[in-house]
Amino acid sequence: MKFINYLEKISNVSIYGLTSFLIFFVFFCVMIIWLARTDKKELNEISRIPLDN
Amino acid sequence: MQLEKFNYDNKIVKYFAIATAAWGIVGMLVGLLVAIQFYFPAISFNYPGTTFGRLRPIHTNAIIFAFVGNSMFMGIYYSLQRLTKARMFNDKLSWIHFWGWQLIILLAAVTLFFGFTTGKEYAELEWPIDILITLIWVVFGINMFGTLIKRRESHIYVAIWFFIATWITVAMLHIVNSFELPFSWIKSYSFYAGVQDALVQWWYGHNAVAFFLTTPILGLMYYFLPKAANRPVYSYRLSIIHFWALIFLYIWAGPHHLIYTALPDWAQSLGTVFSVMLIAPSWGGMLNGLFTLRGAWDKVREEPVLKFFVVAVTCYGMSTFEGPMMSLKSVNAIAHFTDWIVGHVHIGGLGWNGFMAFGMLYYLVPKMWGTTLYSKKLATNHFWLGTIGIVVYAIPLYWAGFAQADMWKQFTDEGQLKFQFLETVTNIIPMYIMRSIGGALYLTGAIMMVYNLIKTAKQGSFVANEEAEAAPIVKADAHKKEYWHRWIERRPVMMLVISLVVVAIGGLIEIVPTFLIKSNIPTITSVKPYTPLELQGRDIYIREGCYTCHSQMVRPFRDEVVRYGEYSKAGEFVYDHPFQWGSKRTGPDLAREGVGRLKKSDAWHYNHMEDPRSISPGSIMPNFPWLLENDIDTAITPAKIRAMQTLGVPYPEGYDKIANKDLMTQANGIRISLKIDKIQTPANKEIIALIAYLQRLGKDITADKKPATASN
Repeated sequence: MKFINYLEKISNVSIYGLTSFLIFFVFFCVMIIWLARTDKKELNEISRIPLDN
Repeated sequence: MQLEKFNYDNKIVKYFAIATAAWGIVGMLVGLLVAIQFYFPAISFNYPGTTFGRLRPIHTNAIIFAFVGNSMFMGIYYSLQRLTKARMFNDKLSWIHFWGWQLIILLAAVTLFFGFTTGKEYAELEWPIDILITLIWVVFGINMFGTLIKRRESHIYVAIWFFIATWITVAMLHIVNSFELPFSWIKSYSFYAGVQDALVQWWYGHNAVAFFLTTPILGLMYYFLPKAANRPVYSYRLSIIHFWALIFLYIWAGPHHLIYTALPDWAQSLGTVFSVMLIAPSWGGMLNGLFTLRGAWDKVREEPVLKFFVVAVTCYGMSTFEGPMMSLKSVNAIAHFTDWIVGHVHIGGLGWNGFMAFGMLYYLVPKMWGTTLYSKKLATNHFWLGTIGIVVYAIPLYWAGFAQADMWKQFTDEGQLKFQFLETVTNIIPMYIMRSIGGALYLTGAIMMVYNLIKTAKQGSFVANEEAEAAPIVKADAHKKEYWHRWIERRPVMMLVISLVVVAIGGLIEIVPTFLIKSNIPTITSVKPYTPLELQGRDIYIREGCYTCHSQMVRPFRDEVVRYGEYSKAGEFVYDHPFQWGSKRTGPDLAREGVGRLKKSDAWHYNHMEDPRSISPGSIMPNFPWLLENDIDTAITPAKIRAMQTLGVPYPEGYDKIANKDLMTQANGIRISLKIDKIQTPANKEIIALIAYLQRLGKDITADKKPATASN
């Protein structure tokens, strides 16, 4: 119940930042590549969904 | 292919629309009342419920959760059905959601009015209401995901991604920040203390702005803006990048609310870096919205709905540029604790949220009542009144912020502070008057809208169940070769999980190290738990919302150290459940109120609380006469001590049984000191407890240097 300092320290705390940076760097790269390669016609089709009704 | 016939539920949208307009007017009225109190303190009527400290949370909660909340649900219930080509999953759940949410708002208004507050900004509601919010939020979630599962449109349009991210992130934020230990049927203490409480609170507070006031409304922008302009969004690719970048970056930016405070420096820097990075997705989204109108600007001239959307999106761009700039340390040193923040918030609130809500209402009411708007001219007048209102509101507050920060920091040639705190307040009173005029203009516009919409509804006939038809999703379609994002995009639950992972990583990295690393919060041996009387006084301080005008955080600046005393250290707050750093200095900082140059006599505090202007002519602080009359609730003292013990505050074993004895001894000491100054009062009045708390502030940190004062 006591939310005060369970441990003295975390070893290699920088791994948190580094891992998350890598996860999202890779994620964004893959997303950008996918977006660049994806069929424009298909994206146009999806973007028209609100206008269909 | 066989087309299926079904109905869209418009009735639930209608109810959320009525709630949006009604709560909007109420919230704005309360806002206007508190704005007037800044230059006319008598308008607090010397009554607890109508005093600034209690009305301010009522105003913020009414605007955020009642006005914007209902407008968000109105837009989601309308757009989700149409984007999925399906009626809402379950009508009963829709109505439980609607009435449950209105009940929460009502309970919030009543409890805040009577002073039941956790003392954490935008999360003031006490534990029973927190539980109710969780339940209703789950109902909303089931209803939304149920609708997605039975949808007839295979793609999940980008607006819905924003709704999913909103749902999961708000759930996470609300649960983590609402960890509290009840000690009565309505009151609780935050599980976290001091620095950790501050970090969790502003991780929540910032992301309440992000995921309650921004992401759902962006989702609605991606639906209603193309709809009103009758053309698809400018770039669907950009909207995908906008979504992922925004939800990833937003969650990290909370610590920018705590720059130059006692929060560890690495966490402050993390907040700044991510805040600056946020400009990219925010502006990407804004431009995507504005470019959607390419070639359709002539429509903007004609159509009030588009006018509101254009200004809303522009205000979104302005405040998302301003926010990162204010996260820079040098700018933050000027902006923080001043009215600049209030101006900034209202560009977002009045401009982005308000104008998006108005635009949606002007769009939806004629649509659902099968008619045209009663008066375009009136709507256009509303638009101009609102826009001018925003400008007249915000500019004086920017001016006030700069002027006050500048005056706080000025020294004379002899090295003395040039201005008393009160002089910096009275100097900006004309700005406060202007601000309330801006607010009044905005409110007048909103009232005109309500009239216009009622007239519109009267001339049409409401379509409760709008007929529609669509083909069901063909199974074979799902087996086609598809890219990974398409795969995610078709699966709402997958979207939910990935969104949660994205936001949880940011939250964990930010919060966990502060909880775990001892070196982040150096202990100060002289910091002792509050005495029972001080604890009671602290709870009165929280109940009256003193933190809405007074900070308890001396930043490490020359002017602040000279004005208030030694700068605040993280270790000072280890027993503060909740923390009381505040976010605005309408009055001076109180962290060192009980020591040094700032220390006043008990009689000074007594008279000052009864009528601040009798002591400080020109002060804008409200009177608190009831504190002189009300008795301290000593029956609850043992429960409070036990709760604090559970949270790790080192009171001796069994102290709860003798706490009231200590309380009365200390109270009698203050009673005698007041008597010497010719003030007769029994020792059991609330004012005594509050004086004890105020006299305690800052004592711990000076105890190291002057052991003689440590006994107090």
